[in-house]
Amino acid sequence: MYLYNQTDQRLVDDRVVQFRDQMTRFLDGRLDEDSFRPLRLQNGLYVQRHAPMLRVAIPYGTLASHQLRKLADIARRHDRGYGHFTTRSNIQYNWVRLEEAPDILAELATVQMHAIQTSGNCIRNITTDQFAGVAADELFDPRPYCEIVRQWSTLAPEFLFLPRKFKIAISGGAEDRAAVRFHDIGASARVAADGRIGFEIFVGGGLGRTPMVGKTLKGFLPREELLNYFEAILRVYNRYGRRDNKYKARIKILVKDLGLEGFAKEVEDEWAWSRGGPATLTEQSFVDMEAFFARADYAPAAADDPGYRQALQGSRAFARWVERNVAPHRADGYAIVTLSLKKTGAPPGDATAEQMDGVADLAERFSAGEIRVSHEQNLVLPHVARKDLPALWEGARALGLATPNIGLLTDLVCCPGGDFCSLANARSIPVAAAIQQRFDNLDYQFDLGPLELNMSGCVNACGHHHIGHIGILGVDKNNEEWYQVTIGGREGAAAALGKVIGPSFAAGQIPGVIERLLEVYLAARHEGEIFIDAVERIGLEPFKARVYGGAA
Amino acid sequence: MNTLIRNGEIVDDGWQWIDAGEADLSVRLAAGGRFVLPLAAWLVHRASLDPACAGVWLGPDDEPESVLPWLADIPLIAIRFPVFTDGRGYSLARLLRTRHGYTGELRAVGDVLRDQLYFLQGCGFDAFQLRADQCPEEALAAFQDYSWAPLSGR
Ligand code: HEM
Ligand code: SF4
Repeated sequence: MYLYNQTDQRLVDDRVVQFRDQMTRFLDGRLDEDSFRPLRLQNGLYVQRHAPMLRVAIPYGTLASHQLRKLADIARRHDRGYGHFTTRSNIQYNWVRLEEAPDILAELATVQMHAIQTSGNCIRNITTDQFAGVAADELFDPRPYCEIVRQWSTLAPEFLFLPRKFKIAISGGAEDRAAVRFHDIGASARVAADGRIGFEIFVGGGLGRTPMVGKTLKGFLPREELLNYFEAILRVYNRYGRRDNKYKARIKILVKDLGLEGFAKEVEDEWAWSRGGPATLTEQSFVDMEAFFARADYAPAAADDPGYRQALQGSRAFARWVERNVAPHRADGYAIVTLSLKKTGAPPGDATAEQMDGVADLAERFSAGEIRVSHEQNLVLPHVARKDLPALWEGARALGLATPNIGLLTDLVCCPGGDFCSLANARSIPVAAAIQQRFDNLDYQFDLGPLELNMSGCVNACGHHHIGHIGILGVDKNNEEWYQVTIGGREGAAAALGKVIGPSFAAGQIPGVIERLLEVYLAARHEGEIFIDAVERIGLEPFKARVYGGAA
Repeated sequence: MNTLIRNGEIVDDGWQWIDAGEADLSVRLAAGGRFVLPLAAWLVHRASLDPACAGVWLGPDDEPESVLPWLADIPLIAIRFPVFTDGRGYSLARLLRTRHGYTGELRAVGDVLRDQLYFLQGCGFDAFQLRADQCPEEALAAFQDYSWAPLSGR
């Protein structure tokens, strides 16, 4: 893992002092509300429905055990004993007290953490694949590049007051688990025919009010030009992105207005003079950065451990958990384990302080003290020896984190919605709970197979409803909560936006609607065909007919 | 005119500010002194003024490309921030300083607040005309907000 150097540490320490001063000036009236708002947002502090909310950055979703313990400690002392992991792999505290925020930031700084870049119109926290560096299928480890981009973008002075927020995701290639096509900039690992390392650059993706799939701006960008090129994109956006209407201020609108060609021309012009210039990355910088992430200390582990095999045969529950929650690791004898934050009855993505402490312990015992946060709002232990899986499973079960549902229906993604968020049209957590209750039966879920369900409480799409195989969106009709249903969305290389199936529903109808959608699928599927593929094959009509009885 | 922070010190500003669309501009200019003109007026009157006494100010929409031919002789370029959340001026400053190599005074004016100074400086501004309600003495501390040099902005 990356460790702060003196510069990083000084930055976060200075930041705490600066914010404490800003807070003092605000509390004693020297700083008015309007001037304070952007400053608190630059430190992750929102004011929500019931209380201030603090969003803490987890750069590219990587945590060490001692950091997770600190997050637990903050949940206990400054919140109501829990935190919410988000689709951008950050954590949110929903019940902080405004005046305590500087103290929380000071606590975070002691473990090399902060809340910079978690809100406001700046370059936000960089995200990546939760399996980065350990996935069996990646081209190369994206984390050194994430860290390089993190350092460059943290308080990048030129880009603190962009037209709108700006999100960057970087993935290691092959399979895209970072939704790179749904970010303002997405970078996907590529290796050129001559062996050079670089990235395919996507631009202008995003969800929200105007969902768009990002387009390829550059098929291959050599890695040494990463910052020059990003800076060129950001500068063009900063100068020409719309500022008159915040709903049209994201880079996707600029790309649309200029056309991909027109936008690319501006970027090329800007890049032409910086290319090869002082911000060009050196071979040495890659070597230095890679050293932070290299893990040479995997104890050799047998690919086939007798105890593990015995447990698989002896316990159906364990076998099921392995089937869903354990992914292949690049090193022999190791595995990647996903701990589910989607137990029926608990708000998706929430973890209690006890669970966080427990996961920190499990990571120390079984995963070299490292934890990842996934954009599906689960926690991941990336370095687990297969022989340790039975013991880890027992530990995870004791914490309520071993639900074997990863990638299945009840592993649904859900924003905080109307229970917390002041922008919400509708609540999402109770609807998520109703869905989980209805489909809690594991045999049924296993039979259904991989299915992504995403829910957002409003059009801002924090729950990524557009890219759920089934998407649910809270809408407001005459001050009542209604829910619009889409199907056919997906992330990855075949990224697509879901389509609305028809008029919206009341909350109580949603589980029944989903049940009918699933019935159509179960009746129509071919051998081994998953839900989303069936939707693509048979189209929307059969689903509509079943749900609306042909009347829609 | 208000006090100014230049190179980390509070100084009196010796320049007269000309607003966009000011009437009787020629009369005012004829009276002599050092002026900061809006881009359009600067382009019109530039040739008839002593270059050392003719600064130019840019709004966020202005293209700095239009002053490039004379850049080496311009003593002062001011960039106006209509509201502090309009970040275009930061990119204009970086472009002027880095891509175009401007070395004269680069001044931030308008909605310029204490909490932006450190970052404005990071983009190449060396003079700051604060919003009227800001206390210049207090604002000086802003240059010490951080002891780190940003990676970008080189
Ligand atoms: C509760 C406080 C929150 C507020 C006020 C908020 C606000 C917003 C707004 C206004 C947008 C739309 C931006 C745009 O279209 O330009 C947005 C987008 C987004 N938010 Fe949130 N959000 C909140 C919580 C969350 C949470 C908890 C998550 C993760 C679970 C999240 C993840 C996202 C994501 C991934 C997007 C991206 C959609 C896009 O590409 O535009 N947000 N948020
Ligand atoms: S989608 Fe809407 S309701 Fe949900 S968190 Fe985002 S802004 Fe709030």
